[in-house]
Amino acid sequence: MSDNSIVCRCSDLTLEDIRKLIKKGYTTFDEIKRMNRAGMGPCQGRTCMPIILKEISIITGKPISEIAPGTYRPPVKAITLGQIVETSEGGGNEHD
Amino acid sequence: MKQVEILVVGGGPAGLCAAINAAQAGAKVLILERDEKLGGQLIKQTHMFFGSEKQHASVRGIDIARILLDRIHELENIEILVNATVLAIYDDGVVNGEIDGKYVKIKPQKIIVSTGASEKTLAFPNNDLPGIYGAGAVQTLMNVYGVKPGNSVLMLGAGNIGLIVSYQLMQAGVKVKAILDAAPKIGGYLVHASKVRRMGVPIYTGYTVKEAHGNDSLERVTIVELDENWNQVDGTEMDFDVDVLCISVGLSPLGELLWQAGCEMKYVGQLGGFVPVRTEMLETTVEGIFIAGDVCGVEEATSAMVEGYLAGLAAAESLGYEMENLEERRKDYLNQLESLRSGHMGDSIRLGLDKVTVRSEVVKT
Repeated sequence: MSDNSIVCRCSDLTLEDIRKLIKKGYTTFDEIKRMNRAGMGPCQGRTCMPIILKEISIITGKPISEIAPGTYRPPVKAITLGQIVETSEGGGNEHD
Repeated sequence: MKQVEILVVGGGPAGLCAAINAAQAGAKVLILERDEKLGGQLIKQTHMFFGSEKQHASVRGIDIARILLDRIHELENIEILVNATVLAIYDDGVVNGEIDGKYVKIKPQKIIVSTGASEKTLAFPNNDLPGIYGAGAVQTLMNVYGVKPGNSVLMLGAGNIGLIVSYQLMQAGVKVKAILDAAPKIGGYLVHASKVRRMGVPIYTGYTVKEAHGNDSLERVTIVELDENWNQVDGTEMDFDVDVLCISVGLSPLGELLWQAGCEMKYVGQLGGFVPVRTEMLETTVEGIFIAGDVCGVEEATSAMVEGYLAGLAAAESLGYEMENLEERRKDYLNQLESLRSGHMGDSIRLGLDKVTVRSEVVKT
């Protein structure tokens, strides 16, 4: 079956793309993210991560509880540099 | 930097109840809500709730939201900001948010995280066709904005959300062709399932979506039976001509802020994914960060409200506010939770909670 099942909607990655990487030995979410940007789009992994962790678990035989879900870093959604600059210039609160 | 005593992240059922109890104890509370309206999922629920009278049984979800909001507006020490997304909790306790498009820094003394959960989805061929929705999106379209999502629907998922949304679709005049679920049994309450069955909607258990079809948008869905090892059984395919496929395959707790803050997290399948380790009073392993609602583990709005009340008490107490009958009220909330999680429907929730709850000897239910 030609597999165009979308796993990561932000970066247009298919189930096949993800499975190929896992079979090559990329068996944590962070490794996959570094290879193809899964989880780095606007949804920040909220859509793709549960599916990717499940695929890793099926292929490696490891339970999901033992697979690292990756590192969560701020911010949880995109903001512009302009917004940050505006706050530090106008708010005068960057030193408190 | 904005200083607050208690910051509540998320103004859904859990967050609202947490704010009410914390503010009644005397604390100054700030609620930040990402949406333009408070109430979370409650404002989409047109059905009557279960539980006991204390938990507004027999009242429709949308009316429960009104009751809670009335109480919120009576309390002068609650500040509410909508269109306000919390972006980060740093380890020095500073919180960043985007409020009405502005980047804001906040320094709360205590934080109650009630961010809820996000919808899970499934990978199958052509799952990116327009017309394929999460059940939450369908509810938002119909019940918040009054927009019909399509004309005929196939519902994937026979849990409570799948069953309730199917019923709401029919109330809105949309044809629901069938409900399917990969599990061998219907996951939701039988009272909801029998209601849609009586209205002539077949429920196929042990089935999943094999493939979606369509050119510019969804036209047809092929489903297939699963064997006991979850493998698709060839030759069992069935086709449904639908313009909407509604996916309701569970929720995943939204714990990213807790990860950032350094809370200990554990994967608990019964609770929907990674959830924080917590005390019975709902404090995480990071002192001063409390949790309530689906972020603790996916359940339903009633237990989320009770958890909110409990976390509100705990956060106010940790600031030194004195409350009358504190121990009695706590016991009452814990008993309510125990009763909501009793019976076989609560089996897996109880099992899951045992894995992440650090029980103290001080409070006995």
